[in-house]
Amino acid sequence: MTSIGTGYDLSVSTYSPDGRVFQVEYAQKAVDNSGTAIGLRVKDGVVLAVEKIKHSRLLVPNSNKRIMTAGKHIGFASAGWMSDTRHLVKRARDEARHYYGTYKTEIPAKIIAERMGMYVQAYTLYSAVRPFGVSTLLATMDNNDPQLYMIEPSGQYMGYRGCAAGKGKQAAKTEIEKLDLDSLSVRDAVKEAARIIYSVHDSTKDKLFELELSWVCAESNGVHTHVPQDLFDEAVEYAENADNSDDEGDEEMEDDE
Amino acid sequence: MATLKPGEISMGTTIMAVEFNGGVVVGADSRTTSGPYIVNRVTDKLTKVHDNIYCCRSGSAADTQAIADIVKYYLDLYCSQHGEAPTVKIAATLFQEICYQNRSQLLAGIIIGGWDKQEGGSVYNIPLGGSLHREPFSIGGSGSGYIYGYCDKVFRPDMSKEECIEFVKNSVSLAMTRDGSSGGVVRLAVITKDGVERSFISGDQLPEQYLG
Repeated sequence: MTSIGTGYDLSVSTYSPDGRVFQVEYAQKAVDNSGTAIGLRVKDGVVLAVEKIKHSRLLVPNSNKRIMTAGKHIGFASAGWMSDTRHLVKRARDEARHYYGTYKTEIPAKIIAERMGMYVQAYTLYSAVRPFGVSTLLATMDNNDPQLYMIEPSGQYMGYRGCAAGKGKQAAKTEIEKLDLDSLSVRDAVKEAARIIYSVHDSTKDKLFELELSWVCAESNGVHTHVPQDLFDEAVEYAENADNSDDEGDEEMEDDE
Repeated sequence: MATLKPGEISMGTTIMAVEFNGGVVVGADSRTTSGPYIVNRVTDKLTKVHDNIYCCRSGSAADTQAIADIVKYYLDLYCSQHGEAPTVKIAATLFQEICYQNRSQLLAGIIIGGWDKQEGGSVYNIPLGGSLHREPFSIGGSGSGYIYGYCDKVFRPDMSKEECIEFVKNSVSLAMTRDGSSGGVVRLAVITKDGVERSFISGDQLPEQYLG
């Protein structure tokens, strides 16, 4: 970024001479500082997984969820600032409810992704506002058709078979690319997602973290929920075993302060 | 409660729609009146709102035309935004919303029939208060009161396309002879995945029946 510090990064309504909007790129950096969030779309469902980094041992376990539900069939995971995320979840819920009010049909993934994309993009246009420091993953089932979308701070949104955001996104994407997403079952995808989150977690920098796993699939009756406890435990066990064979043995959540 | 204003043009009508495996048949008479005077004896009460979705209009001609125009606009918009055709359910929901929200000012009884990928053929009825009912077949308008018994007796859920056409033709023409506000010709439309086939039976070609 050669033109940083020359005044072109002060406002979202100013382009740099080489055609960039630095404030949007900084928002992307805010996302890149966050714990990793990934989404996997397989043939019969979608799985979301998040590495929730905890800054204190005093936090109540399972509080401050980073995966939320935006409508019965819509999973919403994010990487970036939680305060911005909650604002976007509210918006997504309003959009989903409004659509249902008009058509008495659940909002399709591409429509809610488009509307959230438009909303986020509007915050890259005016000097009085700041872009959202959030990448949003939307996981839905439209009439038994699994869909996964990611919306970035620029407002760009795309449909994915697998995607990742946050500090471990490069490593996570490499791992996701190795998976055979077309033949994986949702249950296996949950395990793989847990494994990937554990493998990209950097225990030297962030000691404490909590894994969050959710899905929308036939088994959950097309409803987005956190995965059942037994499957969660199974996935964690799988992740821990797979992770140990990878490189140095790292235990998190335990007592290494 | 909405009533016709002096001189307002009404479709004292017989309208009907029947589902069959793979589509629907919609039918209507063709009489439009203003009091005792027949304003139009060859009216088309079957109105297209999207490629494979029709509505049958009864009540005030002005109200139902206006509603159909609005719904047509919304369905075109839906098609552009979603990149695919709306379902019959979505069309029926839009009709219902308008009919319900404006129920104190409208005189409109509408039957929606059409074909879509998800459900195949489907029929929805929106009577005066703006409620919405999905039904295997539906009749409406002033003439329908004379043929409830006939329709309930003759209707079977597994009728073929040809049987449905005969059913609609017979029912509507029976209503047309007894109801003074229905008459003219029988207009029909068969809606399937392949599109719409329109036809009409002129007044002298109606099925044989006892004429009193």
